[in-house]
Amino acid sequence: MSYQWNWSVFGQETVVGDGSTYAGWMLAGLKMTVTVSLSAWVLALVMGAIVGVLRTVPGKGLQRVATAYVEVLRNIPLLVQLFIWYFIVPELLPTAWGNAIKQLPPDTQQLGAAILCLGLFTSARVSEQVRAGIQSLPIGQTRAALALGLSLPQAYRLVLLPMAFRLIVPPLTSEFLNIFKNSAVCSTIGLLELAAQGRQLVDYTAQPYESFIAVTVMYLLINVVVMTLMGWLERRVKVPGYMGH
Amino acid sequence: MAYEFDWSSIPGSLPFLAEGLGVSLKITLVALVVGMVWGTVLALMRLSPAAPLRWFATGYINLFRSVPLVMVLLWFFLLIPQLLSQLFSLSPGTDVRMTSALVGFALFESAYYAEIIRAGIQSVPKGQLSAATALGLSRGQAMRLVVLPQAMRNMVPLLLTQAIVLFQDTSLVYVSALADFFGSAYKVGDRDGRLVEMLLFAGAVYFVLCFALSRLVQVLQKPKAQH
Repeated sequence: MSYQWNWSVFGQETVVGDGSTYAGWMLAGLKMTVTVSLSAWVLALVMGAIVGVLRTVPGKGLQRVATAYVEVLRNIPLLVQLFIWYFIVPELLPTAWGNAIKQLPPDTQQLGAAILCLGLFTSARVSEQVRAGIQSLPIGQTRAALALGLSLPQAYRLVLLPMAFRLIVPPLTSEFLNIFKNSAVCSTIGLLELAAQGRQLVDYTAQPYESFIAVTVMYLLINVVVMTLMGWLERRVKVPGYMGH
Repeated sequence: MAYEFDWSSIPGSLPFLAEGLGVSLKITLVALVVGMVWGTVLALMRLSPAAPLRWFATGYINLFRSVPLVMVLLWFFLLIPQLLSQLFSLSPGTDVRMTSALVGFALFESAYYAEIIRAGIQSVPKGQLSAATALGLSRGQAMRLVVLPQAMRNMVPLLLTQAIVLFQDTSLVYVSALADFFGSAYKVGDRDGRLVEMLLFAGAVYFVLCFALSRLVQVLQKPKAQH
């Protein structure tokens, strides 16, 4: 095969003359992937906890709203949701808001849409885990909390949620891994994350294999780091007396 | 709300969109079949007593499950075709990019199916395999005639749920210029300046299809819950 391998391409300055090396582009992409994923993860945990709780509270109305939220977010492809957040939501908001959004720099708009979209998409999945976690607790826990004089919100906040979250660390780990992988979809709206930078390198250098291998290895590294951290967390918060998975 | 909806470009473009939906379903079907077959082979390799087979399957599954689908599609759309045409010195006219993207998609989904199938196989009691071998079946026969049929039955709901995910994933072939349903809807919306309506329409179609299928999965799961 006639392909010329040249790993030193990463040390070269880019042809666009922005003073960065190609390795610099890669690291900027990695930073963007991590920023988007972590911000979206915070949103997903908060919304997931709220919606997961709503699906278990007494009262049909709230349960229906929460179920509808989950079904809509789970049954529409991520790519379609992303395009809706990026292209359509600004159009549908009141004109003044829409214009304010459109006047933001494009990369801010992309980042905002990416975080919102990924966060809410993942929150539907997190909420299912939270619900399963709460429902796996003995009903006596709720009753005991209420009998001790706690209000229902207090019972959730002080008794049920802390237990539920400790039990669902393993499934949350896989959602956490997914959010990093799903963030690659955001390259389609022009967000310069890892996959997009890899593609850019293919266009600007004659070394497509090196750049794609580098990007792939970086995703593998993210995976290893997340699994190691979550494994540590899982051991830390394990509830004694429950089966470990 | 300031935006004025105009849905008029949908009726005229329905045949084009239906064609796109056909492509999406075709990709889903191909990936589903390849995913099940290759996934079963991978699952069996992963559970095999031969270490090299086990290593290969584990490496394959972990690799594909760690990398985003977008990345896999880009590999198979941009790089693998070049490699193939160099290796086999194809004539420059042959465009293998679409086929390559499709193959990449199927190889990616196989890794997920392999894990589901492995879990299904492991859900069959060990005694079944021992009993089958005691009756004189070879290991291969025991797997094929005794273990796999039971495993498959246990896995139906999970396999269908994964099929819904897979169908949604097909929208990502957008990065490879295959004209699937989403790509067609986007093209029409872009052409007519009606992106808002077309994307909402596309979202609604995906929702109806996936929601209906997920309800079907729930119905299938019901009788088992009563045991």
